[in-house]
Amino acid sequence: MAAGTKKQKRSSAFLINGVLVLICLIWLIPTMGVLVTSFRESQDIFNSGWWAIFPHREDVETERFKLDESINVDEAFEVEGIETTFKELQEGLELEDGRKLTWFGNKRTREIVITERKWVGFSTNLTISNYKDVLTGKDIKFTDGGGNEIVRRGNNLGGAFLNSIAVTIPATVIPILIAAFAAFGFSWLKFPGRDILFTLIVAVLVVPLQISLVPILQDYTKMQLNGTFLGIWLAHTGFGLPLATYLLFNYISSLPKELLEAAYIDGASNFTILTKLIIPLSVPALASFAIFQFLWVWNDYLVSLVFLGEKTRVVTYALASIVGEKGQDWHLLTAGAFVSMILPMMVFFLLQRYFVRGMMAGSVKG
Amino acid sequence: MNASNENLSNQSWYTRLISSLPGKIMLSTLVLLLTYFLLQQGFLFLRDSKAPQLIIVLVAVVWGVGGIAGLFYITNWIIEQLPGEVGRKLQPFIFIGPAIALIGWYLIIPVFRTFILSLKGPLGMDWAGEGLGIFENYRFVFTDRIMLEVFRNNLLWMVFGTTFSVLFGLLIAVLADRSKFEKIYKAIIFMPMAISFVGAGVIWKFMYTYRGSGVGIQEIGLLNAIVLAFGGQSQPWLNIPPWNNFFLIIIMIWLQTGYAMVVFSSAIKGIPEELLEAARIDGANEIQVFFRITIPYIKGTLITVATTIVIFSLKLFDIVRVMTGGNNGTNVIANEFYLQRFTYGNTGRASAIAIILLIAVIPVVVSNVRELNKDRRRF
Repeated sequence: MAAGTKKQKRSSAFLINGVLVLICLIWLIPTMGVLVTSFRESQDIFNSGWWAIFPHREDVETERFKLDESINVDEAFEVEGIETTFKELQEGLELEDGRKLTWFGNKRTREIVITERKWVGFSTNLTISNYKDVLTGKDIKFTDGGGNEIVRRGNNLGGAFLNSIAVTIPATVIPILIAAFAAFGFSWLKFPGRDILFTLIVAVLVVPLQISLVPILQDYTKMQLNGTFLGIWLAHTGFGLPLATYLLFNYISSLPKELLEAAYIDGASNFTILTKLIIPLSVPALASFAIFQFLWVWNDYLVSLVFLGEKTRVVTYALASIVGEKGQDWHLLTAGAFVSMILPMMVFFLLQRYFVRGMMAGSVKG
Repeated sequence: MNASNENLSNQSWYTRLISSLPGKIMLSTLVLLLTYFLLQQGFLFLRDSKAPQLIIVLVAVVWGVGGIAGLFYITNWIIEQLPGEVGRKLQPFIFIGPAIALIGWYLIIPVFRTFILSLKGPLGMDWAGEGLGIFENYRFVFTDRIMLEVFRNNLLWMVFGTTFSVLFGLLIAVLADRSKFEKIYKAIIFMPMAISFVGAGVIWKFMYTYRGSGVGIQEIGLLNAIVLAFGGQSQPWLNIPPWNNFFLIIIMIWLQTGYAMVVFSSAIKGIPEELLEAARIDGANEIQVFFRITIPYIKGTLITVATTIVIFSLKLFDIVRVMTGGNNGTNVIANEFYLQRFTYGNTGRASAIAIILLIAVIPVVVSNVRELNKDRRRF
């Protein structure tokens, strides 16, 4: 009996892990494809799927020859000891020994290619030139599937990356500071209108930010804030503050009352208590929100599209414009996608614990 | 004793000056003006400078982060200069003031401004006219052929996107809970949440690539390669309405399942072990335990997660914008908002669409506020 349940347990564990591995593979493969493609030569990308870098069987060219001019290709003729026609060859003719004959090009080329099905190992024809191309603002030269040389204007994703940093760091720090002050005020200070103001903050938690774009853009045009760092910091601060205040309030209001009373008795001012006591104690909550806001701002497209646009290009904007201009240049698109992902991925893997907490608390944001 | 007396009498003239009230006011004004000047110089430098980008970025970060810290420090310092009673009354407003001002400017006041704009014409100057008078933009929103398609599409997103994200999230959370490698599985499923929607758009656009038939042309998109391998015909997946909507929704499921899974997973871990054991001893099998105990126990979490994803799919913009631009019958509300405002330049219609989005989330706003009031009564 005991042995039976053990066996049952083991087989069900096997089943569970099997299902999970399958789901995880499905989840990973799309990203894998882009990662692999970003390191392949442009010509390879157009000629074979990215999975071709893994060992597989493929028709490999072994020989190529020209038919003698004396052969009339409009009728049946003999090649490699076999009777055939142009039509058959055009579609590909398999020989008994496994080789395959294929007519190359049109009727006048008279060229025949012999291929053999062989195992091909891991492809080592990899390059980082796609990354170099996409990061600089210089013109990009590459060869397409047909071997033609193509020139494209560069995208300067490197510059966009720097702009994203200049947007994201202050747009993360500013709301945190403002929210920490507000959360402290709401949880420990008494003033008229406290409940109503806090209710308002909770009410706008899920308000879609489309509601603000039209009027705020009017203001920005008047104040000449379009395309400026200050403009986008303030916008992200405004949109992020309700959540930040709400999260920090929940945390700060649950700190032990005695701690604060002791500090007041020691004669500390509110400002000192907040900066020397509350903020250091709230690091876990601050970190959760910081990571959430960092990823939100870094990955944001709509707000930067509206308030920054072409004047100050951030990575999401630059990547989206590569999609628009060069929708089929997969070597540039895939490398660009990875440039845009690298920083949030690092944050994700290094700070996963805080990240999960912030995500869970912050997913309701408008 | 002697030493401190000496210190007092040795106080220089300026210490005495700044501790008098007019001195304090003068100094405060001076500090305020100086701060304002410094911040403005930073702003002008960042806006107009042609310095190397790296320097601009460094200045931006220092100016932005330092500026906000400095502002708080200085305003607080000024408040503390004020005589006791006044300062103490004002201080809370220094603490909550900036937050309230910004939330007011960016979220609360725009609700009213957008509503007024929604009653006006394309340029936001004159009141809208003809047809339904000032409600003409709303007549457009509810009767235009494209708007109806947009509503249908958002409904598809909300129903299918939410259902599958929640189902997959729940399935993975329950299964991973029984595996030794739980952490690895969860990290993999959760990873897409760190990717921008634009990035996810590129990833999936590549999955769906279509190159068509022709001599020597190979399909390089995985989906078409799979279809070909099974003897099918390759397809331009994103050009076939209405199915292209579902190919876009798959991207959202790929992104949101991780969120649902993480939240469900922590809810499942909160179920008391004794409860599960008791049910098993009473002879319930795993499926019965799941439907009779797990589901009822995490019902609240299920509703929260589903609501969050519904709101998310209501406002969905980036994926559609990047993948199809809303063409071929894939348009959604948020993209139509963008088109109306920025492509057709019609602020009236754009504002009316934004108001529709707002109305759609009002039930959630009401329930959030109600929850808050419940919490408050408990204190």
